[in-house]
Amino acid sequence: MAHVETGRTRDPKKGLTEPPLIRWGLTAVALGFLFLFLAVPLVAVFTEAFRLGWSAYLNAIKEPDAMSALTLTLTAAAIAVPANLIFGVAAAWAIGKFQFRGKQLLITLIDLPFAVSPVISGMVFVLLFGRQGYLGQWLIDHDIRIVFAVPGIVLATIFVSFPFVAREIIPVMEATGSQEEEAARVLGAGGFQTFFRVTLPNIKWGLLYGVILCNARAMGEFGAVSVVSGHIRGLTNTLPLHVEILYNEYQFQAAFAVASLLAFLALVTLVLKTIVEYRTRRSMEPVGETGS
Amino acid sequence: MAGTKSPSVLPGFRLTLGFTLFYLCLIVLVPLLTLPARTATMGWQAIWQTISDPRVVASYKLSVGAALIAAGINAVFGMIVAWVLARYQFPGKRIVDAFIDLPFALPTAVAGITLTTLYAPNGWLGAPLERFGIKVAFTPLGITIALVFIGLPFVVRTLQPVIEDLDVEIEEAATSLGASRSYVLTRIILPYLYPAWLTGFALAFARAVGEYGSVVFISGNMPMRTEIAPLLIITKLEQYDYAGATAIAIVMLLISFSLLLTVNALQGWSSRKLAH
Amino acid sequence: MGIDIRNVSKTFGNFAALRDVSFEVRPGELVALLGPSGCGKTTLLRIVAGLETPDRGSVLFDGEDATSRRVGERRVGFVFQHYALFRHMSVFENVAFGLRVRPRAHRPPNAEISSKVTNLLKLVQLDYLGDRYPSQLSGGQRQRVALARALAVEPKVLLLDEPFGALDAKVRQELRRWLRRLHEEIHLTSVFVTHDQEEALELADRIVIMNEGSIEQDASPVEVFERPASPFVMNFLGNVNIFHGRVEKGRALLGPLALDYPEHTTAESRPAAGYARPHELDVARVDSGGGLWAILETANLAGAIVKLELLDDDRRLLQVEVAREHYDGLNPKIGERLYVTPKKIRVFVEQN
Repeated sequence: MAHVETGRTRDPKKGLTEPPLIRWGLTAVALGFLFLFLAVPLVAVFTEAFRLGWSAYLNAIKEPDAMSALTLTLTAAAIAVPANLIFGVAAAWAIGKFQFRGKQLLITLIDLPFAVSPVISGMVFVLLFGRQGYLGQWLIDHDIRIVFAVPGIVLATIFVSFPFVAREIIPVMEATGSQEEEAARVLGAGGFQTFFRVTLPNIKWGLLYGVILCNARAMGEFGAVSVVSGHIRGLTNTLPLHVEILYNEYQFQAAFAVASLLAFLALVTLVLKTIVEYRTRRSMEPVGETGS
Repeated sequence: MAGTKSPSVLPGFRLTLGFTLFYLCLIVLVPLLTLPARTATMGWQAIWQTISDPRVVASYKLSVGAALIAAGINAVFGMIVAWVLARYQFPGKRIVDAFIDLPFALPTAVAGITLTTLYAPNGWLGAPLERFGIKVAFTPLGITIALVFIGLPFVVRTLQPVIEDLDVEIEEAATSLGASRSYVLTRIILPYLYPAWLTGFALAFARAVGEYGSVVFISGNMPMRTEIAPLLIITKLEQYDYAGATAIAIVMLLISFSLLLTVNALQGWSSRKLAH
Repeated sequence: MGIDIRNVSKTFGNFAALRDVSFEVRPGELVALLGPSGCGKTTLLRIVAGLETPDRGSVLFDGEDATSRRVGERRVGFVFQHYALFRHMSVFENVAFGLRVRPRAHRPPNAEISSKVTNLLKLVQLDYLGDRYPSQLSGGQRQRVALARALAVEPKVLLLDEPFGALDAKVRQELRRWLRRLHEEIHLTSVFVTHDQEEALELADRIVIMNEGSIEQDASPVEVFERPASPFVMNFLGNVNIFHGRVEKGRALLGPLALDYPEHTTAESRPAAGYARPHELDVARVDSGGGLWAILETANLAGAIVKLELLDDDRRLLQVEVAREHYDGLNPKIGERLYVTPKKIRVFVEQN
């Protein structure tokens, strides 16, 4: 997660910070860089989307292929996020509350999807389930389609968004230790009772943060899904893929209209992220003590 | 629970570990293992032939080279941004801080088409640059710019907490002993930040090497010139040349994994350096 | 309820935490498990609670084998060293937890839970803090909440793991007194773990002293202090002066001291050591026999007891405690030679 602000001011006269000219200069450079690389593109998305006015915008979004792309994106995320959530909780429980050999290796393995390029992430599923893949013949015999169909897209989405929840709550589970859970057990609580009443409230912000990131990645993934999808309009296109198709057909305004939905999702993600970070900081602040 | 060896009074160890391993194998390990498995059946000859093909080599050079330059740009500007955010105040700082993560949150395809439109010869940024004779879209320069966007948060977010955790007392001590501000900055603070800086650089680099979505639009995909390695993999897959695709992918994976190991080592160095 | 621990052993990897430990706790007793870190006392407590399982041996509650009973079924109350309060629940909810997680059939109605919790909070004198959260309480208050929480499920046994270890001295003393009074009021069989011998001596009906996984002595505080069973016990329970030597032919020859030792009459010489507590040594100006000369190095007069340090001819450090009146009467100077006599000395012969 991001940092904690300290907000200390430094007195330039004490020589503890740079002279004002330098400070303003650096600030200008930083803001200029950020403006150029972040603000301008963000504004451009929406400008291009509305270039031909509101009705054109709405038409592009309500268009059937766009709608089915939206549905597919939401479906993939609706499967990937809960699946990775359950996995993340299970992994964090095993790693955070128990001692066993190979823990560090397990954590590294969980991080693997981060290290793999998106195209390769999709490619491995083609190698596994594609026509010439390891299970290809078996799938053809049983008339099951994974690659170039929805199941493949879902699998690729799960793969790329795999580590997010686990990574966020493993440190939290490790940090809170197991004493509270032990206390609950001595008091007679069952396994699930202990988890839901004691553990879950302690990890809730980390969990939420992980889910937000996992969802953003699941909905926005392009490279991996592109490899697996087959680009069949109306069937195997997610929202990002639909954007690509529209753009390649020179339907720029429509492409940006659909893209603006994703950009809006990104903004919502950023807002939620900031809120969760703020609430986490608040819940970690020490509160004053009363007498003995 | 009978009185045999249970690791702890907390329940569910076997259940959660079992499920974790099962899910991990199913979703991550088994699919990833297809790569070395496929490579193993290919034989060195075939592999070498594929990856030494001029078009492939050009794509590697492009992907790695552009990633390196982009990460370098991010290293420089990322340091400045991190410093400004951690040390200075200005109106709207909180909003700016939240936006640093935009490249994380924005889908790569959206970034891709937006950057292409911006830097195209008739785009907001492309047009003024054209007048200076600088072409951005459909050139390696465009690819680099897209990779700068993608890697922007890595350096900033790795450096920010470290800068914020810097002990003010060290600066106070140095200054009270007569050191000038620039001396303090370059000889005392900067060395302290090296591990985090390098880590951020390596992360940005690793991300940029395998990047596809934000680059594939602005690159133009001309073989030998602006064709990135991931695109080449897709091309081979579409031609059902699984072997070729695998060969290219293995090299990319090797680059990614060695970068990951480097990052881990750097983080180890960083935490040792920071432990006082 | 009585606890019977029989031949319990526990190993962690290569480390033997408990070696064949057996002892009893009678109903209503307050027993202290005392010993240095690593002696196994916390492990033993956790085994009684069911938080660890012994490799060998058994734990019986009122004669019934509880070793295989699950931790939630043992009806024990456990107070953790660092309280382990549920940080996101209010004080009230913390105390109510054990009652709320009971299966439907055994769960009391909300009104009953509420009145039980309120009564418990009154018992621990925290009834005005029911809505606070653990992070808003002081260490002493948190400890009392932890106690109330453990008592809420009406346990048959109360187990406390270094309950006052994390508190500062004054709070510790107050809580000690308070715990003693509470125990006299409710007479719940209790076992607490501590490394603080003063605490054990002050609170417990009986002390079990442990060292390296075994029991050194199991007796009342007076017994343990006056008649220690081994050098370890003697050393652990306060300062000692040690005189090394040997026993033979009915005599103990301990450096400069010599006394009768009828327990060892053979001519075979065995190594031995004599132990005397600081208050069991006397100082005077005259040689009254049976003692040794030493030079006064320091005198600490802060308090009703004066603590003296002397060095004898063999450069051995002697720690002596005398009453203030006696010191004032003697009025010795630093560097003066004084005659030190043991009023009482225990001889321990080395066992092979």
